[in-house]
Amino acid sequence: MSIGHTLLGLLESGPRHGYDLKRAFDERFGHDRPLAYGQVYSTMARLLKNGLVEVEGIEPGGGPERKRYAITDAGVTDVETWLARPEKPEPYLQTTLYAKVVLALLTGRPAADLLDSQRAEHLRLMRELTRRKSSGDLADQLICDHALFHLEADLRWLELTAARLDQLAAEVTR
Amino acid sequence: MSAETLTEPLLQATDVHKSYGRTAALDGAALTVRAGEVVAVMGPSGSGKSTLLHCLAGIVRADSGQVRYRGRDLTTMSDRERSALRRTDFGFVFQFGQLVPELTCLENVAIPLRLAGTRRRDAEARAGAWLERLEVGDVAGQRPGEVSGGQGQRVAVARALVAGPRVVFADEPTGALDSLNGERVMRLLTEAAHDTGAAVVLVTHEARVAAYSDREIVVRDGKSRDTERVS
Amino acid sequence: MSAPHEPFAGFDEVARGGAPRGVEPAGGAAAWARDLAFGARLAAGGGREGWIRTLLTAVGVGLGVALLLLAAAVPPMMTVRDHKRVARDSMSAGYLAKPTDSTLLVADAGTTFRGADITGELLRPEGAKAAAPPGVAHLPAPGHMVVSPALRRLLAAQPLLRERLPYTIDGPIGHAGLMGPAELYYYAGSDRLTARDANYEHGNADRIAGFGHHSNSAVMGPTFDLLLVVMLVVLLLPVAVFVATAVRLGGERRDRRLAALRLVGADNRMTRRIAAGEALFGSLLGLLVGGGLFFAGRQLATHVTIRGISAYPADMTPDAALAVIVAVAVPLAAVGVTMLSLRGTAIEPLGVVRQSVGRGRRVWWRLVIPAVGLLLAPLFGKVQGDGKLNMYQVATGAVLMLVGVTAVLPWVVEQVVRRLGGGPVAWQLATRRLQLNSNAAARLVSGVTVAVAGAIALQMLFAGVDDEFVFSTGADPARAQAVVSAEVDSGAQARDFTHRIAATKGVQHAYGYVDSAVTQPDAASVRDGDFAYLPVAVGDCATLGQMASLHGCAPGSVFLVPPADGAGDTQAARTYLRPGGRLDLNGPPREAYTGTPRLWTIPRDARTAQSRPDPSGSLGWGLFATPEALDTSRLTSETATVMVALDPHDPDAAEYVRNTAAKLGIGVDVLHVGTTTTKSGYAQLRRGLFAGAALTMALIGASLLVMMLEQLRDRKKLLAVLVAFGTRRGALAWSVLWQTAIPVVLGLVLACAGGLALGAALLGMVGRPFHPDWGAMAGMAAIGAGVVFAVTLLSLPPLWRLMRADGLRTE
Ligand SMILES: Nc1ncnc2c1ncn2[C@@H]1O[C@H](COP(=O)(O)OP(=O)(O)OP(=O)(O)O)[C@@H](O)[C@H]1O
Ligand SMILES: [Mg+2]
Repeated sequence: MSIGHTLLGLLESGPRHGYDLKRAFDERFGHDRPLAYGQVYSTMARLLKNGLVEVEGIEPGGGPERKRYAITDAGVTDVETWLARPEKPEPYLQTTLYAKVVLALLTGRPAADLLDSQRAEHLRLMRELTRRKSSGDLADQLICDHALFHLEADLRWLELTAARLDQLAAEVTR
Repeated sequence: MSAETLTEPLLQATDVHKSYGRTAALDGAALTVRAGEVVAVMGPSGSGKSTLLHCLAGIVRADSGQVRYRGRDLTTMSDRERSALRRTDFGFVFQFGQLVPELTCLENVAIPLRLAGTRRRDAEARAGAWLERLEVGDVAGQRPGEVSGGQGQRVAVARALVAGPRVVFADEPTGALDSLNGERVMRLLTEAAHDTGAAVVLVTHEARVAAYSDREIVVRDGKSRDTERVS
Repeated sequence: MSAPHEPFAGFDEVARGGAPRGVEPAGGAAAWARDLAFGARLAAGGGREGWIRTLLTAVGVGLGVALLLLAAAVPPMMTVRDHKRVARDSMSAGYLAKPTDSTLLVADAGTTFRGADITGELLRPEGAKAAAPPGVAHLPAPGHMVVSPALRRLLAAQPLLRERLPYTIDGPIGHAGLMGPAELYYYAGSDRLTARDANYEHGNADRIAGFGHHSNSAVMGPTFDLLLVVMLVVLLLPVAVFVATAVRLGGERRDRRLAALRLVGADNRMTRRIAAGEALFGSLLGLLVGGGLFFAGRQLATHVTIRGISAYPADMTPDAALAVIVAVAVPLAAVGVTMLSLRGTAIEPLGVVRQSVGRGRRVWWRLVIPAVGLLLAPLFGKVQGDGKLNMYQVATGAVLMLVGVTAVLPWVVEQVVRRLGGGPVAWQLATRRLQLNSNAAARLVSGVTVAVAGAIALQMLFAGVDDEFVFSTGADPARAQAVVSAEVDSGAQARDFTHRIAATKGVQHAYGYVDSAVTQPDAASVRDGDFAYLPVAVGDCATLGQMASLHGCAPGSVFLVPPADGAGDTQAARTYLRPGGRLDLNGPPREAYTGTPRLWTIPRDARTAQSRPDPSGSLGWGLFATPEALDTSRLTSETATVMVALDPHDPDAAEYVRNTAAKLGIGVDVLHVGTTTTKSGYAQLRRGLFAGAALTMALIGASLLVMMLEQLRDRKKLLAVLVAFGTRRGALAWSVLWQTAIPVVLGLVLACAGGLALGAALLGMVGRPFHPDWGAMAGMAAIGAGVVFAVTLLSLPPLWRLMRADGLRTE
């Protein structure tokens, strides 16, 4: 999953300090592995360099200096395209997709559309596999079937999430 | 895909509404089917997939909106005309319980031809060929009650295709089958449809079944979105 | 949401109801009771579907029970009616010469109004103690009358009839004096009645000691009993078939549910007992429904008049013993039929084992039943004259014949249907369904078959014994449509009658003549009392021409008409009716010669003429004279007879004539000229047959409809799929029609054959030649077919409804 895009998305709801970003990320997406603070710092540096965020102000204080990051227009556009672009269907995609859905909900974007285009992407791949299956030998078929069943599981998850979007939205924006 | 945009749509539904009492089963659904393509209709249970299929096939009349088939609007046709159209241009496969239990499988397959006026002998000869093609030639003389679910569905597919329809409507054709049998039915259906140039409108909620389609549309709360993208 | 595995339908109920578990199979009475109760619970708690089925069964059984109760009410009803009829009977037990303080004079004053018979009596008490007829509190005073409520309504609505019965209405006749609410009856007081003498002359009324003194139980003889027995069998057998069919309604669903029970551990015997419990519950409910229907329907009896018969609800009380038999037999029969229908189907946990299609029916035992019935017939012996009829044998024979027809029917249907093929899709759908389950098809029509076979046999029997009851009058309604006759005192009075009738509205022509008799010239000196009886008719040429073929008739002509074969005293005619011969106009005496001879000479130019049937069908003979030739005042006891030709365009013409006749005096008869007359008991019986046949047919129609609807409902999904494929509505309607029509045609053919055989056997018993009544047979067959086609028509609207796309949704 793309941590840069996720952090950018989190900034959309308002400027934050690096430390707050880490806390917000961990709370929503870092279920089993918290984000290292260093990674936040280096990611923000890269985003800053690319002009996707800007530093709104530096608070001098006793400890290390604290920068407040804010998202730029270019950053918003970047989040936009990222969310709209379906992920390449591959196993264990859920974390990214989940992050995307939550961010879409957080930023008031149509999460259903996101799921739909992801479904379309999955189906596209499944069609390809199905086609390959019908022309290939038994080994090919078995391999394709394996992938198909995994993709189908993802798709089921997509369906389920789509059916529960309202519930999720209520929880996320609480 | 410039070639596709050039092809005149075979069947096109726009802004179709259909209510049962106070339930709005369809609330502005749209769908385009081109000759020879397989379109999967997906969506959650109760979203209006079957209703959309029935409207497209002229089995029920939409409350408002248009369903154009080869330039004619189904919603303004009489019941008689629509029946005639279904007889000559459409074929159907349902989930189960669609074969006449008293007739043999062969006679079941021959029904559409006989409804269109073909002589019994010819009709049954052609039906026999289709059964062979769908790998169920051996159950021709048996009654539907005496064959397996998968065999029965393949008989139903043969019946849907026997009269050379331009569109085959299939509502959960594999719903009662295991995955192996389901895929076998789908493979035979799509291959046969491809060979005869028939388009297929396939209602399903199984992704692996939908994977046999060229394109899918999603129905949600009676609204459909055609995900046919310009890419 | 879908239920692909049909055998599991109803599984929920089982779980909810708590399947009998953990009990060893053989549990004796306790197990029976438990399983029966469980079956009843399934029938009562099976959700909407289960309730519909239970209700259908209950209504079916209920209809049958209601009809059975009606049949059980017939014997008591007949008894009550018989008692009532005897109680108001005004026939005298013998000639009463002297009046006492309790005797009455009565005269028949019945009439007919637009085809409805009105019974009326004129009464004149001769003393203070004269009793009133039943249902009447006081004898009406002269010029007054009491009337039945139905007659009162008719009088109020019809001024034309009121004109004929102008008496002041005192009050109603009570229930005790009437057979039914629709009876048209009146008693009127009259002071113009005089008693006839011992010679039945010189008066216009009979003297009676009171009402109900002359018990005449109008015994119709053994042939009548035979008709009655066969009629009951013919009417009740279809009811039995109907009840048996009703408890089988919904059999396929029941089997599926039983299969679900097997899945949770019920054994075969338990499922059978549970099925019995279900049937028992349905039929017990049916008993209640039937009882309710009967008692509710009985109240309607007041408003129902079937072919002139009506009855008071209170008179229709079922015989207690018969009612108990019905109450016990119907539930038992329900269980029996259920057991029979389960025989041959194995209910396995995964559903009903498919019965192999190829197994043919054995035919021999089916043929044995009617054959035994037929063989029994000659053993009954012959019924002739007053010979005693063995009713039980006849009933057994008839039942065997009719049951035999239903037993052979499934086999015939199977054999024929197996050979059917080809044809359009509708035909194919119908024949294939019949081939797969010809049993159900045969059951569908067995009721109609029994009814038609029985009715044909009865028709034949009726037609065969016709001349015992129906007399051909030989009348010619083309020449005259009514005949008025009255005793007159003089030729002048007779002419007056003729003129008044001729002047009546709606009369085109009136042929009036005076009717009397003369005797031999030497009658006064005959000692042994054997006087020649020579009829005389005096009328104008036109009138005489109606009774004989005359040549050269003119005023003053006299004709001698010899009697046709057997129609009169040929010897006397030859001896005395000669030109120039002499006759005594004061005759013929009844016992001994009285008075003085009035001799008259037949003119020398009297010619002989050939007799011809008059419009009322009688062949007259004797002396035919014009009034100019014979002075009627010299004749004794004359009767004026007027043959009336009515205006065919005035439907009330006959009523005007009757009104005029009523004014002419007491005892003026108006005869409607028809081609046959019927002895009244037979007419009642035939009316009963038609009333019963109508009811039975209605019942069978109802059951056919219920079964058709159930079958359609079971095939809802299939119908919708066929419609999706573009099947025309017409094609499906045709397949429904074929599916009913094929077994019906077979059933009717069989019914005709069975009916002919039974009819022949019955005719043999009464010693009549075999003579099929083709017209009646066609009529009955048409009625049977009509019922079925009506049912098909009625099932079309539900068919259209079921053919809508809803059917594609799985339930
Ligand atoms: N004949 C009908 N009468 C009443 N309501 C109906 C009828 N047909 C459909 N509906 C309603 O319309 C809605 C859409 O039904 P439809 O059968 O089209 O759904 P579906 O998408 O096919 O569902 P599933 O996947 O479960 O088959 C549902 O809410 C259903 O209850
Ligand atoms: Mg559906």
